[in-house]
Amino acid sequence: MSSATATAPNYELIPQDGLETNLLEVSMGPHHPSTHGVFRMDVKLDGETVVDLKPVFGYLHRNHEKLAENMSYLSSMPFTDRLDYFNSMTNNWAYALAAEKLVEIEIPERAEYLRVVMAELTRLVNHVSLVGFFANDLGALGTPLLYAFREREKILDLFEQASGARMMCNYLRFGGLRCDVPNGWLDRAQEVVDRFPFFLDEYEKLLCENEIILSRTQGVGCLSRELATSAGITGPMLRASGVNYDLRKVDAYGIYDRFNFRVPYGEVGDCYDRFMVRMLEMRESLEILKQALKDIPEGPIMGNAPRVFKPKPREVYGRIEGPKGELGFYIIADGTPKPYRYRVRPPSFVNLTVLRDMCLGQKVADTVVILGSIDIVLGEVDR
Amino acid sequence: MSGISHELVQQQFPEAEWDEVAGALIVAPEKAQEVAKWLLDHDTLTLDYCSNVTGVDYLERETKGKIINDAGEEETINKIEPGRIDVVYHLYSMRNKTGPLVLKQQTERDKAEVASLTPVWRSCELQEREIYDLFGVKFKGHPDLRRILMWDEFEGYPMRKDYIEPFDYEWEPTPHDEILEKHKKGKVFV
Repeated sequence: MSSATATAPNYELIPQDGLETNLLEVSMGPHHPSTHGVFRMDVKLDGETVVDLKPVFGYLHRNHEKLAENMSYLSSMPFTDRLDYFNSMTNNWAYALAAEKLVEIEIPERAEYLRVVMAELTRLVNHVSLVGFFANDLGALGTPLLYAFREREKILDLFEQASGARMMCNYLRFGGLRCDVPNGWLDRAQEVVDRFPFFLDEYEKLLCENEIILSRTQGVGCLSRELATSAGITGPMLRASGVNYDLRKVDAYGIYDRFNFRVPYGEVGDCYDRFMVRMLEMRESLEILKQALKDIPEGPIMGNAPRVFKPKPREVYGRIEGPKGELGFYIIADGTPKPYRYRVRPPSFVNLTVLRDMCLGQKVADTVVILGSIDIVLGEVDR
Repeated sequence: MSGISHELVQQQFPEAEWDEVAGALIVAPEKAQEVAKWLLDHDTLTLDYCSNVTGVDYLERETKGKIINDAGEEETINKIEPGRIDVVYHLYSMRNKTGPLVLKQQTERDKAEVASLTPVWRSCELQEREIYDLFGVKFKGHPDLRRILMWDEFEGYPMRKDYIEPFDYEWEPTPHDEILEKHKKGKVFV
């Protein structure tokens, strides 16, 4: 953390006990372990209280959209892995969903089920590492994170067996999947799903009623329902503020209408609610996984996708409930093999809108906690 | 999730155009804030959630159009379609769980300026800044219009279709002289 004293432009000197005081400008980041990447917060402090905050980012910007506009539709599929590098499977799905809207492709049953399985496993990966990092931000250095990463690694092994890569999976194709899962994969997935609740029980016991976590997160960084809706916050963060809006229920994309699951949501909208919503969502993901792994049929994994993907001029917007929020792809086709316009609507970028509102009036140490509870990934924010 | 009838909006705002191919409602920048407020406050629509905001750049292009000439015959002529930039808003309703309604504002490329809808939906704040940064569209009424992804000293708007990338950003921020000539001749390996 680099710091510098400076006078804010519209700062009033407030004499206290006959002594002059001054605002402190702190530039937190970009190389700060709690910013989850290269992200900077320009914070103005009055003592320890935050009076102003400006998020600064773009350090990882590579203009993903321009790159995708200069290549064929399928060529940008591997690049979507790099958006939110924790959740490559859901990124793939969001892009495939938008592209499948351009041309009519029927997706085989088995592919639909496997997509749901992969997406829910991804949600487990994301939430479990988020909770680990969150505890890390709170000062529980290492231990909870390593517990979380131990479980995450088991799921990444499944991804590796299915797609050949732990994180950059590049597994989905327009109309289905790149390849079927190997023999015995479903049993191994079932095993992971069966074991996971034990870990969650242990983890909840350790963290959810921990006194430090309670006092550091309850009532910190409250986000009201109205502001959350207006600011387009999505995902667990929105639901923590008490809005019941889950695209898996609302849009019921893919085959989500076949599964029986609940949508957890909070009341206060503070950091603790955001933490708890994620803990509870993992349980619901396991419910979906159990049902999906039981019902999954045999069959082909690729629909009748055209060999050359050349859609007619159209505009589509496809969105899914990513682990971080609504991940949308807006594509304008102009009849050529390249998209005329390709736009990613990244959830964590939009969720950053309210960072300032949540941090104002809080202590500087809490900005780290609040940022951690938003759950940003800079690969996606900066694109 | 059901779509939203654009006719309802057109009854209130007859000057709003419906683009059938794009499936979008085109409103004039002067009217945009009024339309947005109306959509937000409407009893049944209640579009309280603006999901995606983005820009689309269209270069000036020649199209073939048919006209009836003086002799009464059909004739094919070349028409020049002026370039423009669209700013696209995808609106949903969180309360009714309906959507989307696609709203578009159109502006010319040289002096691109549209109305900011940040006063209506906060979610536009960062996304409109991104459009300002990458497309060079000014948003009238935006509280904090600065570059967001590129650095402040950066010149040009990378997402525009006619943007020429420099040889080396640090050594030569905008292409000129030799590099620009090479660009004009064809693709230059950067």
